[in-house]
Amino acid sequence: MIQFTNVTKRYPGGHEALSNVSFELKTGEMAFLTGHSGAGKSTLLKLIALIERPTSGQVTVNGQNLTKLGRRHIPYLRRQIGMIFQDHKLIAERTVYDNVALPLVIAGLHDHQEIGRRVRAALDKVGLLGKEKLYPVRLSSGEQQRVGIARAVVNKPALLLADEPTGNLDPDLSAEVMSLFGQFNQVGVTVLIVSHNVDLISRFGQRTLHLERGGLVTSM
Amino acid sequence: MRIKNYLLNHLYALVYSLGQVSRAPLSSVMTVVVIGITLAFPAGLYVVLKNAQRLAAGWDDAAQISLFLKKDVDDQAAARLAKRLHDRSDIASIKTVLPDQALKEFQRQSGFADALRALEGNPLPAVLLIQPAAGFADPVAVERLQSSLRKLPEADFVQLDIQWVQRLHAVLGVAQRGVEILAVLLGLAVLLIVGNTIRLGIQNNRDEIAITKLIGATNAFVRRPFLYAGTWYGLLGGLIAWGLVALALWLLDAPVRQLSALYDSGFELGALDIWTALLLLAAGTLLGLLGSWLAVGRHLSEAEPR
Repeated sequence: MIQFTNVTKRYPGGHEALSNVSFELKTGEMAFLTGHSGAGKSTLLKLIALIERPTSGQVTVNGQNLTKLGRRHIPYLRRQIGMIFQDHKLIAERTVYDNVALPLVIAGLHDHQEIGRRVRAALDKVGLLGKEKLYPVRLSSGEQQRVGIARAVVNKPALLLADEPTGNLDPDLSAEVMSLFGQFNQVGVTVLIVSHNVDLISRFGQRTLHLERGGLVTSM
Repeated sequence: MRIKNYLLNHLYALVYSLGQVSRAPLSSVMTVVVIGITLAFPAGLYVVLKNAQRLAAGWDDAAQISLFLKKDVDDQAAARLAKRLHDRSDIASIKTVLPDQALKEFQRQSGFADALRALEGNPLPAVLLIQPAAGFADPVAVERLQSSLRKLPEADFVQLDIQWVQRLHAVLGVAQRGVEILAVLLGLAVLLIVGNTIRLGIQNNRDEIAITKLIGATNAFVRRPFLYAGTWYGLLGGLIAWGLVALALWLLDAPVRQLSALYDSGFELGALDIWTALLLLAAGTLLGLLGSWLAVGRHLSEAEPR
């Protein structure tokens, strides 16, 4: 699903965020990406979603060589990826329902019944079915994170990327959110989670990629 | 299916843009009113100009040449000359005003009857009032007729009564060019007003734009609501301009009637006709679309996800 081959990312000014990173994440796999802040975790995710491009090396996602993917094709790549962010990135002016429906609308779905059905299914999965008419500010941080997850999965993407999804949550909520990712993985979704919650990671017993100063140290 | 989807995409953007506009009602209303006033200014001047041109066109028929004959031409010679000139193809009719008639009329109209009676003899010459034929009423032909009349041995001097009308036309021509220049400048102003409003809209929605792009929105998807918003601003501004011009004309109607009554003229202020109004709306809409297009092209890249 994801393949990095000798990927290096150097920012203007000389800072090297990733140095010669190679790994592969197979379809249906679930893995954690760990490392200190500044180790290059976020950069790695940005390269997968083409928010940034590598300085050298090759990234392949879902069979597409991103080096050769032009700007016009980036939106279609992103639609295949469900992304979850530490700061949720919800749109404050829109209700929970509209936030979750947005990927469907962007993808060109206009059948309101179908949209409603899918949005409610996604909200049901994260346990927020009763809150669809609320605005994000009315929700707790854990609830907002789960809205973000519902938005990421509403389009049934083959790949989920999560950037510190439990960063702002207490241990109970963190475990809850993590178990959600486990459930998605069980139905065949490839999942890559950036986290430094070592306790939680060890409880899952999944593969862990560890980044240190831009280099991949372990790839169990 | 593709076309249906395309139309639905646009419908979504259209509805969404209305939501955007109504979400910031005060600034939207201000933008629309400013556009309205800006468009109303040249539109109103245009209507006034058209009215003035219509008024001036009514006076074109008044093209009349007064041929003043020399003092030594007597009444019979004047009549013979009139008869001879009447045969010319470029002259429609001739009215001969003999010195005695002219004096009587002058005494009656001027109120100087006593003073004139004190004069010895009649100081007035015979005058032929010449109306050019229909096909020869244009300025060039009239000019030609005037110069050929001037060469007549009986002619003292020739006066073209249309000259002031021509000057008025020239003045109106200058005014029209002025209005056109003003319209272009204010059109540019509308472009900037819309562009600035859209730029602020993009800045206020920067996070939202970045998020929608992160989850796979194309540039077209992000751009569309702003283009619609600009178009709405232009269209609504055009409607307000229409309303303002109509209001101004309504307010001017009574005084203009009074003025034209004093001049014994049946002139009435012409309203903004439907085609000009539609042109005004179309211009507003187009300027709105163009302004937002320029702003979106320049500022949307500032809202890329990071």
